Amino acid sequence: MAENADRAHEALAEDFERDLHTERQILNMGPSHPATHGTVKFLIELDGENIADLDIQVGYLHRGFEKECESGTWYQAIPYTDRLNYNSAILANIGFCMAVEKMLELETPIRCQWQRVLASELSRIGDHLTRCGAACLELQAMTPFLYGIEARELIWDLQEVLCGARVTSNYVRIGGVKHSMPDTFPAQCRDHIAKIRELLKDFDGIVTGNRIFVDRLKGTGVISREECLRYAVTGPILRSAGEPLDIRKQEPYLTYDEIDFDIPIGEVGDNYDRYLVCVEEMHQSLRIVEQCLEKLQELGPGPVDTMDPRVRWPAKGRVFNQMEEMIQQFKSVTEGPRVPIGEVYFAIESANGELGFYLVSDGSAVPYKVRCRPPSLINLAPMPGMLRGALLADLIPTFDFINMVGGECDR
Amino acid sequence: MEDYGSQALRRLLEALSDAVLETHAKLGDATAQIDASRIVDVARLLRDDPDLQFEMLTDLTCVDYIEQEPRFEVVYHFYSVARNRRVRIKARVAADVCQIDSLIDLYPSADWMEREVWDMYGVRFEGHPDLRRLLLYEEFEGHPLRKDYPKERRQPLVGPRN
Repeated sequence: MAENADRAHEALAEDFERDLHTERQILNMGPSHPATHGTVKFLIELDGENIADLDIQVGYLHRGFEKECESGTWYQAIPYTDRLNYNSAILANIGFCMAVEKMLELETPIRCQWQRVLASELSRIGDHLTRCGAACLELQAMTPFLYGIEARELIWDLQEVLCGARVTSNYVRIGGVKHSMPDTFPAQCRDHIAKIRELLKDFDGIVTGNRIFVDRLKGTGVISREECLRYAVTGPILRSAGEPLDIRKQEPYLTYDEIDFDIPIGEVGDNYDRYLVCVEEMHQSLRIVEQCLEKLQELGPGPVDTMDPRVRWPAKGRVFNQMEEMIQQFKSVTEGPRVPIGEVYFAIESANGELGFYLVSDGSAVPYKVRCRPPSLINLAPMPGMLRGALLADLIPTFDFINMVGGECDR
Repeated sequence: MEDYGSQALRRLLEALSDAVLETHAKLGDATAQIDASRIVDVARLLRDDPDLQFEMLTDLTCVDYIEQEPRFEVVYHFYSVARNRRVRIKARVAADVCQIDSLIDLYPSADWMEREVWDMYGVRFEGHPDLRRLLLYEEFEGHPLRKDYPKERRQPLVGPRN
């Protein structure tokens, strides 16, 4: 009797530990899934709870950015660049305008350059806050998300003071910026920086050492430095894999060569490293903003637009009283600037990585070709390799920290 | 001023002078126009040559010069992390052939970018294992970034698949 019971018990135990073969299952995730902050569809082949294969289908937000740009004037393309990455619209503005300026061989005034740096660093903080905050939200943590969004709100308040709009700023012009910063801006900005630092401290306190957060991020979505280079991955993902590549340091544009800031890098290239790199980048950006404010106050008021007649709009007072200026205004508005024949590639370091513009001009007032090199799209391509064999739950933080932005990815 | 990137062009001309048709470095962008049939050789040299070391294919796109022959120009941007250098390689593809060799074996980043060029311009990449449309859907008719595709053109409605 006892023997029989033992045998039955053994068989049961064996059954319990046996690796049960289950049929592979196809799971459709998206295009609008509550746990992904982006419109994208994952076609997942699941083996139990593990991802056997993954196909990412992008393009749900395709609106023909390039086609649209190729049918308007050079100026009319700028508002479209706002809508690429709506978390950091100013960065795309700057990338496009500087590419056109490179084609025109145009030098922008020093105040404009410092203001552009200031605005782009504010945008970068806003973008990283969204990335980290939304990642927490999708890992079921509401409170840090609210801290992040509160800080982003402060950034948007500053952008509103700077250019009148909160999200899609349309702040940058070819050869300058919309207008110089108001006198009240530096004081308000310093005040907000202090508040943002406090919020970042709160965020850090609740998240960085949090057991659940760390467990879900550490060791998930790993990508090596070599793999990053093979897939042309740039930005925080590449830096978290240990390669200190940042266009602001490698090919300094604007006034980044005069600014003191560090490039944080990670070691293993997992999601946790990406999170730490983003947080440190926010602190570095705040440092840069402070230096910009100091420099701008030292420079005092002055022109923020180039005097180059090819792109400059005449002063309003003269437009209404002088014939020539009236004509120039008319031509500027209806036709826009003509850009010499040629081609150019110009890249800036956006919050997601290398944001490049390849432009071709046939000498007319309409761009012949506008290509945006979208970091979101290119960073998303190696994701199947990062997740093969991982748990389905790892997809969420990995996708969050890749920070695919639909507007930019799908254009 | 440092001659930005032209060292790369010099090395390219030395090693593969028969494949390179024309070079320039206007506005500081080192550019080489090459014979489209040699793109894989050029890319392999750019990646593997110890003097070049272009580890990254950062961008790949196409331009439709509708009034010229050959019509399409496939444009590659390479970046060397080790040497902090960029180079642009361009290859012309005729409209009746509309095909160029894929770089996917050398640079996996070409995967999605080649799919996008196929999607938008209809240039085929020979050797690409999975040349599907990337941004648009299977039933889309035509290639919208071609200059002869009118901006206002409507697409037929596509019903549910099953």
